Amino acid sequence: MDKRVLLKVVDLKKYFSMDTGIFSKTKSYLKAVDGVSFEIRRGETFGLVGESGCGKSTTGRTILRLYNPTGGQILFDGEDLSGLDDKGLVPYRKKIQMIFQDPYASLNPRMTVSELLSEGLRTHNICTKEQEQGRIFELLEKVGLKRDHANRYPHEFSGGQRQRISIARALAVEPELVICDEPISALDVSIQAQVVNMLEDLQNEMGLTYLFIAHDLSMVKHISDRIGVMYLGMLMEVSESDELYEKPLHPYTQALLSAIPIPDPDVTRKNKRRILTGDVPSPIDPPEGCRFASRCPFASDKCKSETPVLEDVGNGHLVACHHWQAIATGERKANTPVTAVVV
Amino acid sequence: MAPLLEVKHLETSFFTHVGEIEAVRDVSFTLEHGQVLGIVGESGSGKSVSALSIMGLIESPGKIKGGKVLFEGKEISSLNNGQMSEIRGNEISMIFQEPMTSLNPVYTIENQMVEVIRRHQKINSKDATKLAIDMLKLVGIPEPAKRIKSYPHEFSGGMRQRVMIATALSCGPKLLIADEPTTALDVTIQAQILELMNDLKNRVNTSIIIITHDLGVIAEVCDHIVVMYGGKIMEKGTEKDIFYDPLHPYTVGLQKSIPKIHKGERARLVPIKGSPPDLLHPPKGCPFAARCPHAMQICLERAPPTYRVSPTHTSACWLLDKNAPKTEGYRTGEAIDG
Repeated sequence: MDKRVLLKVVDLKKYFSMDTGIFSKTKSYLKAVDGVSFEIRRGETFGLVGESGCGKSTTGRTILRLYNPTGGQILFDGEDLSGLDDKGLVPYRKKIQMIFQDPYASLNPRMTVSELLSEGLRTHNICTKEQEQGRIFELLEKVGLKRDHANRYPHEFSGGQRQRISIARALAVEPELVICDEPISALDVSIQAQVVNMLEDLQNEMGLTYLFIAHDLSMVKHISDRIGVMYLGMLMEVSESDELYEKPLHPYTQALLSAIPIPDPDVTRKNKRRILTGDVPSPIDPPEGCRFASRCPFASDKCKSETPVLEDVGNGHLVACHHWQAIATGERKANTPVTAVVV
Repeated sequence: MAPLLEVKHLETSFFTHVGEIEAVRDVSFTLEHGQVLGIVGESGSGKSVSALSIMGLIESPGKIKGGKVLFEGKEISSLNNGQMSEIRGNEISMIFQEPMTSLNPVYTIENQMVEVIRRHQKINSKDATKLAIDMLKLVGIPEPAKRIKSYPHEFSGGMRQRVMIATALSCGPKLLIADEPTTALDVTIQAQILELMNDLKNRVNTSIIIITHDLGVIAEVCDHIVVMYGGKIMEKGTEKDIFYDPLHPYTVGLQKSIPKIHKGERARLVPIKGSPPDLLHPPKGCPFAARCPHAMQICLERAPPTYRVSPTHTSACWLLDKNAPKTEGYRTGEAIDG
């Protein structure tokens, strides 16, 4: 794998202002992404996980500049995209593509497959009119569809096939980075594996770099080289994927991992799991200090006032927790006991 | 004693303008008192329609074409709507996937729970409120006496699902059917709800049917499992049978297509090829034949009978026939009816 960094996100922020009425003086903000930094190397897959509302999709969309960032930098191949205008962004639209979650909503129902695929080709002048047809056939075959699918409309396809069309559309313009926003969540289990395997094959074949956003931790672990765990707009932990699953340091990552239902009853019933109490707080004017403090079994007063920063603990493993060392050594005990699943 | 629930040769179809969609085809299973049964299958496998058929909630253009549902030995599939509504809520309750659409947004939780309780029990509203508060406490809602005055939008998704469970259990049903109860929830909240269900099954005397597409959820709470595909039952057995001794290529394929993170390996996934059958024109033979790695000529032509390999374990696959070629991982069973 190439070690050069393709995408570097520095302190990215995206706030949505909440309309609080014409008479209110103070505006409140929904801080969807609040100071996120990470980098993705060429040819690798970076997974971004978290629960709904943690800002993982907003991060992806802001990188693509579907949203304008409130602050921070998006360095793509060294070039900052955060300040570019629409015209300046055009070359990057070709280099960064996105695959969306819902293959029913992301394909225009009134366009045939070949129209959907040729749109990008024409916008970016990828090939001549004469070459277009051949290029479309090539793309369809690449994603496991047939040539005669080109003249059909999206409604004639199943969910899995539609997602293949979305992937073909993203790849049509020969991107370098593909942002996959929950690309398999809407698909059936037996189809998910087909799409994941295809994404892996295409990556090897075309040297693609993926930002893979999902809430399904087992799939993210399967596909990613490195993973970032988000909670309420901030990154809690970033690590190589195997290390994250073997040695999670942040209490949120630990809880998230122990919450995955494992399809193996013997393992499930032996495992002790830490079940988080309560729900994710609102991202509108979120609490001071560590975002996770209100649900953290290890939280102290310091956690409630001081926001921990991501620190490198070696091997490129980053964690944002005041007490990670004390938790790892067992010095700091949980305020609430670890619950075992009793059967 | 008769089993709590017996479903025999159930057939449910939807008569749409494009033709008959055979959503459930010849489904039979039995649920004993105190069991937790998981029905697992992908979208369109007929798992939800089976549950709605049991509840008598199939609406036009849907129709139960054949078969019977026996509850404690009594046939309930022939009852009219009035008689059935005595059974729904009192004897069998159901919770659904999306807790927001199951609760009425313009009434308080108290209003909605008391309505359910008084519809089924002859008690005054004060006692009904008291019972509702007790139920909320049972499902782990903090400060139930205060929270009962709230509206559904003031609760989070996980809390709403707890309210639904509390409401469903408020009349002490013998059977609770949960249709994808955790699918709309985040993984940490899902863990809370599954823990609650595990806890309730020990404390409340209710049998449970859980319908889900997630083998992980099944592993967590169920002791018996039914695997459905294309409107039919593929395999039936205890949790041990299905997870450690699967005898149907679909069950095997399903298990191979999910990543096994707990084993620490990163082997390539083995997907099931193709896509599920169109039930508007269901295949003549086995519904899984078109995607099955072991498919034989007979699989395409005739639907397999059910083979029994142990008292608890059955599978509908021709590979288990005594005349079938020996295939690794499969063994011969005895053909039975349903």
